[in-house]
Amino acid sequence: MAYSFPEEVLEYVFAFLSSHKDRNAVSLVCKSWYEIERWCRRRIFIGNCYAVSPQIVIRRFPEVRAVKIKGKPHFADFNLVPEGWGAYVYPWISAMVRSYPWLEEIKLKRMVVTDESLELLSKSFKNFKVLVLSSCEGFTTDGLASIAANCRNLRELDLRECEVEDLSGHWLSHFPDNFTSLVSLNMSCLGSEVSFSALERLVSRCPNLRTLRLNRAVPVEKLPNLLRRAPQLVEFGTGAYSAENQTDIFSNLVEAFSGCKHLKSLSGFWDVDPAYLPAMYYACTGITSLNLSNATVQSPDLVELIIQCPNLKCLWVLDYIEDAGLKALPSYCKDLQELRVFPSDPYGAEPNVSLTEQGLVTVSAGCPKLQSVLYFCRQMSNAALITIARNRPNLIRFRLCIIDPQAPDYLTLEPLDTGFGAIVEHCKELLRLSMSGLLTDRVFEYIGTHAKKLEMLSIAFAGDSDLGLHNVLSGCESLRKLEIMDCPFGDKALLANAAKLETMRSLWMSSCSVRRCPSSNVEVMDERGHPDSRPETCPVEKLYIYRTVAGPRVDKPNFVWTMDEDAVLRLS
Amino acid sequence: MERASAAYENDLNLKATELRLGLPGTDESSEKQSSRNYKRSSPEMDNSCQKDEQKCVPASKAQVVGWPPVRSYLKNVLHQKNDSDLSGMFVKVSMDGAPYLRKIDIKVYKNYPDLLKALENMFKCSIGVYSEREGCNGSDFSPTYEDKDGDWMLVGDVPWDMFITSCKRLRIMKGSEAKGLGCL
Repeated sequence: MAYSFPEEVLEYVFAFLSSHKDRNAVSLVCKSWYEIERWCRRRIFIGNCYAVSPQIVIRRFPEVRAVKIKGKPHFADFNLVPEGWGAYVYPWISAMVRSYPWLEEIKLKRMVVTDESLELLSKSFKNFKVLVLSSCEGFTTDGLASIAANCRNLRELDLRECEVEDLSGHWLSHFPDNFTSLVSLNMSCLGSEVSFSALERLVSRCPNLRTLRLNRAVPVEKLPNLLRRAPQLVEFGTGAYSAENQTDIFSNLVEAFSGCKHLKSLSGFWDVDPAYLPAMYYACTGITSLNLSNATVQSPDLVELIIQCPNLKCLWVLDYIEDAGLKALPSYCKDLQELRVFPSDPYGAEPNVSLTEQGLVTVSAGCPKLQSVLYFCRQMSNAALITIARNRPNLIRFRLCIIDPQAPDYLTLEPLDTGFGAIVEHCKELLRLSMSGLLTDRVFEYIGTHAKKLEMLSIAFAGDSDLGLHNVLSGCESLRKLEIMDCPFGDKALLANAAKLETMRSLWMSSCSVRRCPSSNVEVMDERGHPDSRPETCPVEKLYIYRTVAGPRVDKPNFVWTMDEDAVLRLS
Repeated sequence: MERASAAYENDLNLKATELRLGLPGTDESSEKQSSRNYKRSSPEMDNSCQKDEQKCVPASKAQVVGWPPVRSYLKNVLHQKNDSDLSGMFVKVSMDGAPYLRKIDIKVYKNYPDLLKALENMFKCSIGVYSEREGCNGSDFSPTYEDKDGDWMLVGDVPWDMFITSCKRLRIMKGSEAKGLGCL
């Protein structure tokens, strides 16, 4: 390579590549590029903590400063992964403590994090700045106290929907008096009350604080004091948003919110008293993101608030908004990009609100930038889905949950195959799709034919035979994650597409008809006993297949079996 | 052991001579489809019912683990109350014919039956919610409430959580007057 650039120049060029895909592509060009790239990679993303081991990562990338790791499969969110399955972060932290003393960022999703891990990291990484834990569990507020006490340069502590054992709110008081570097604090998932004076002092002395998401235990009376101390806030989450009738609270809130001229995101809103919502109106003109998924108030109150936000891009709301409320969006929030409507009564037998497919159709017609949808409802029709698909070919994420499993088109009583078929046909950039309702093998034909950019597919109670799964595995070229529950898919499609599985991050199948598994990177979860100990005709409970270079897991619980080479021989 | 017998069966093609109940031409896989059971439930569901302390109304379909795909923290928002919660929600309660009003903390109750029982104890009367219960004859009372908009509503129409956030005061009306509010 007589004419190649000096290493320093290549390193400088590579520094402009932020996407992991680009970095990975660069490392495949030639051996010298591989070497240069691996020494200058600072940020690592590991989509499945069992796909690779800490040792392999450290050996290849010696100078990492930021790590993002994901653990359990997505269906763990819905209690489908048994307790004790795995995704422990401790081995990663102890390995990185030895090899990455200058590590600054750790972001984890669906992993088990212990107080021990938190204490170890807080004492070992001297320049530690960012800790983001999404949907994690296994730690207590004592672990948070270690972080607060020891991470002198901490900028972000972001706990998103974690299950934390809440021993007390005292952890917050462990931030030292000379600690001033905080930029982001999200404690919304915690239950206990923290010391308000400690919180106020913390907020006062951190001039760069831009994100503050409180927990439910912070009463609305305390908000004005906090907001006055942090008028520079960009993202704010309230606590419980109601109080005994005290008129001065309202006027204090109005004054405090008007002082916050940079707010872009609002959340919180537990126990909302609608009378207090207007206090925020002055802060709403700049709002781009509104999370009302805790707000149990009725449609007119919701709409009154939402229409104050002309720049709204992202709205999360409960189905109390109803079709009538969603009608307001095209007129007032034309820039809407993401809409999530959650069910207020997911287990009720009858609908408790008037939210139907019409609401979604209206928004799809009137909000031209809408690209990401998550919608829970109780009825759907092919006609509505076809209309939505034609209205919004720019959809990137479409997740529809019709609450009654296998609900047909409520107008024609037919399956919803043509409706979802229209979605994949028109929305050519679709990356993520979740389907529900009555679906036959037909819909998988459409998906295999059209959904060429689809990366993640979630299916439940759908299909008639292995042909359905086969169409997806053989047709969806970009598929990375596939999760299936309660579908009649068995061994045939898996066998026929074993090579495809190597190109995907993971496949999850629970309550299907799989009996034998095609490859060696397969975990079978069965709390009833070893798969071989039951009759051959009995399908496995749960199957999780993922590619890995790390070999079989060493931390398996007793209900997980990895299939061995014998399984492959038996099938042939 | 099982593996050996499987090989043995395949060689002899015992399947062809197997005695089964079923139409000729049908095979195992179609039988399995019909037995596919969507009504899986798990012990977890029963436990969570007790923990949540909500009324465990059995749904018309048995609940399936993992469906609908709702995060548990969302369920907590809607049904659980924070223990170290705010001060109670006291509302005035008037009863037709009673000389003075009372006040109760409606946050203390978990559902409508609890509330009505407490009111019955307080006023020493019997209160019917729906017209089906002993009818709305003259001796019975109907509970009504004033909501945020100032309208008088019949207690029991909206979900409990919605009720406690919108109820401003309660009035226990004499049965005859309450006829207009929905008693048939």
